[in-house]
Amino acid sequence: MTASVEKEKPGSERVYERLMRAARREFYESVSIDPTVPQLLEKAEMDGAETAWHRYLAQQPQCGFGLLGVCCRNCNMGPCRIDPFGYGPQKGVCGATADTIVARNLMRMLAAGAAAHSDHARDIVEVFKGIPEGWAKDYGIKDPDKLRGVAQALGLEVEGRELNDIAKEVAEVMEWEFGKPGEEPLKLVEAYAPKKRKDIWRKVGIMPRAIDREVTEIMHRTHMGVDADPLTLIAQGLRCALADGWSGSMMATLLSDVMFGTPKPIRSVANLGVLREDAVNILVHGHNPVLSMKIAEVAGDPELVQMARELGAEGGINVVGMCCTGNEILVRLGVPVAGNLLQQELAIATGALEAVIVDYQCIMPAIVDVASCYHTKVITTEPKAHIPGAIHVEFDKANATETAKKIVRIAVENFKNRNPERVLIPKEKSELVAGFSVEAILEALGGSLEPLADALKAGKIKGIVGIVGCVNPKVKHDHSHVTLTKELIKRDVLIVGTGCWGIAMGKHGLLLPEAADLAGPGLREICKALGIPPALHMGSCVDCSRMLIALAALADHLGVDISDLPAAGSAPEWMSEKAVSIGSYFVASGLLVHLGTVPPVLGSKKVVEILTDKAEDLVGGKFFVEPDPAKAAEVIMAHIAEKRRALGWPE
Amino acid sequence: MATVPPSYLEYLIYVDPERCVGCRSCEIACAVEHSSSKELFQAVFEDPTPRPRTKVVPAAGVYVPMRCMHCDPAPCVEACPTGAMHRTEEGFVVSDLDRCIGCRTCLLACPFGHPTYDFRRKVVKCDHCVDRFRVGLPPACVEACPTGALRYGRAEEILDREKVRRAAEMVLGLAEAAVVYARPTERAPRSPLASLREMYGTVRWSE
Repeated sequence: MTASVEKEKPGSERVYERLMRAARREFYESVSIDPTVPQLLEKAEMDGAETAWHRYLAQQPQCGFGLLGVCCRNCNMGPCRIDPFGYGPQKGVCGATADTIVARNLMRMLAAGAAAHSDHARDIVEVFKGIPEGWAKDYGIKDPDKLRGVAQALGLEVEGRELNDIAKEVAEVMEWEFGKPGEEPLKLVEAYAPKKRKDIWRKVGIMPRAIDREVTEIMHRTHMGVDADPLTLIAQGLRCALADGWSGSMMATLLSDVMFGTPKPIRSVANLGVLREDAVNILVHGHNPVLSMKIAEVAGDPELVQMARELGAEGGINVVGMCCTGNEILVRLGVPVAGNLLQQELAIATGALEAVIVDYQCIMPAIVDVASCYHTKVITTEPKAHIPGAIHVEFDKANATETAKKIVRIAVENFKNRNPERVLIPKEKSELVAGFSVEAILEALGGSLEPLADALKAGKIKGIVGIVGCVNPKVKHDHSHVTLTKELIKRDVLIVGTGCWGIAMGKHGLLLPEAADLAGPGLREICKALGIPPALHMGSCVDCSRMLIALAALADHLGVDISDLPAAGSAPEWMSEKAVSIGSYFVASGLLVHLGTVPPVLGSKKVVEILTDKAEDLVGGKFFVEPDPAKAAEVIMAHIAEKRRALGWPE
Repeated sequence: MATVPPSYLEYLIYVDPERCVGCRSCEIACAVEHSSSKELFQAVFEDPTPRPRTKVVPAAGVYVPMRCMHCDPAPCVEACPTGAMHRTEEGFVVSDLDRCIGCRTCLLACPFGHPTYDFRRKVVKCDHCVDRFRVGLPPACVEACPTGALRYGRAEEILDREKVRRAAEMVLGLAEAAVVYARPTERAPRSPLASLREMYGTVRWSE
């Protein structure tokens, strides 16, 4: 390097360019621990495309009022902000204090998250109901046992009934969950939550009644001049989160399993290396399997494959996933997953994507700008999620196969526009095993929770931690996920998880049974005996409800409450409002929950105190914030040790 | 005898990065002040869109609202070949767009990176809101600052207030120990923003 620089005249353009690129390389390599990121960040820049990391830098400094949560825009006497240093105004025009404002803002975030999960569930119920009604002709019931199980849990008659008949009644009960009147608890909460938990929720007064109602009540309470007490605001937030976790998200998971199959351990590969030079590459991105499962299915259609071959794509059609819809098809079909949230723009920057097919949630509108630098077509499919600059093909659920084919055909026809000179597909991809539904875990255990309970009691497994969610440019991409997971399995903690965490794990080789070698001796022994990885990928972010069911079953098996278990939750790199809801239903379900990015609450000591301390007195769970994953692991281990002591188990 | 205009030397903008929350209200107020309507709701529709001259930058763990220091002697004025960069009678350094030839010499000369090269191929810079100054108003950025990170007034008064505040801190042992003033006890309570930045210590990849 030095020698070649010396040969060139100092000040020459080539030397300057090289120095500039070296400086840029430092940036490319600083943002992530994923080796595909620097390569494609550099390519994106050379091609004139911008990524979330660039925009994150351009947003600096981010407003301190927002970071601390003390900016209120809920009425038009405002906007108001509270001076966090105490010199300026301490109340909004209406008199709201920092405590009120911070609590209201956080609860609105939570409501949006619960609404997103639950509206996704509503869409699934709609299609599910279309099966017995006959109009959703391209969908069916893939797991009849699961359907019967759900019906029985809901107290419905199963014996001697036609599947369609049962499905219709289940759909009706679930539809009613959204807007049912009256004070009766949600049916799914009654059916699936442990009795001890329900007693606590009744006592605290946070038993959820209807999903939409709890979201609406937050919007009402946070309207100008309604609820000003941070404690009652947060209590309503917990009720709303419970409606999401134990009903909204849960019905999305249950019915997706019924329609598309309950996940079983399945091998696949992850990272951008799953794209292929010789095939039409289609990325499905978003959350709802109603779309992605169909796209994956029709991609094997002989006519479309033939068409792809005729256009020069020898390898046919290569469907890959991203984010949670990627997880939905990964855990059910073993479809390769290209990456997590922050890789959506990089996938396009490979220059090898014919189409990005999206539904909703976590789709950065910026992908159309990146796509405009290449031949890639962005296709939106949902009436509630349009992006200017994208092609919109509404996904007709009554003609799902036909619509899916129409969409895939657009991608195939676009293959001829790919410019091979602009293609850079990273080599990196990792093998993985995913698909650990509760049923699959039980099967691995031999049909009973007994072996797991025994391993916990004996201290071979010290505890269980559920890790979820997002990646976030505020912190080094994938780093906190990987570090926390490694630190915990090293200390014999079994990890279950979902969402972008799962994809991060897959990319870094932690979802392989061989990863048990990184675990402590006790966990390693169990994993080797059962042939499972030390980190179990359960599915998409709505599938966090699987963790609730697993924890409830384990608590029941041991005759204790969920809050007595040596267990915790963590969202090390969270960013979305859905994560606020997930974290909150974990807390309300009795768990300690770690947050690795700081929520906008530091502007109110009272709110911080409720979330990180008082909540425990009410519901047995609480939050703690610690961006450093190694330190977070210590706090979680101390919590696990305390719970083990209380149960009289060896530490 | 003609009245002598008040000199900028008598006045001071005091910048306190510890109190800056990075909300960039000063940037918006600056752009509005340098728009033709001087009204936010109209300024956003103006063409060309008005641009702020002040800029908040993250540096060394705090946010710093960077503005013109109105140096004397001012390197930009000395470097300007056409006299576009000049001093008003009050002493503010301002740029005359009619005389500016867009050579950008002043950009190189400025020790603070302040002047901005505009899309009109002219250099624009902070004029200390000289129009407001002439009618006795504080600069727009100061007026917009919600936390008092920017403070304005007679230099002597501001500095006297600062002397009192700092003396109190030192005597009470709240600040870093100064050699002669006080025994060191504990540090001043941290601002919530400083704690927030510290929390990301090991996982942050950018400034």
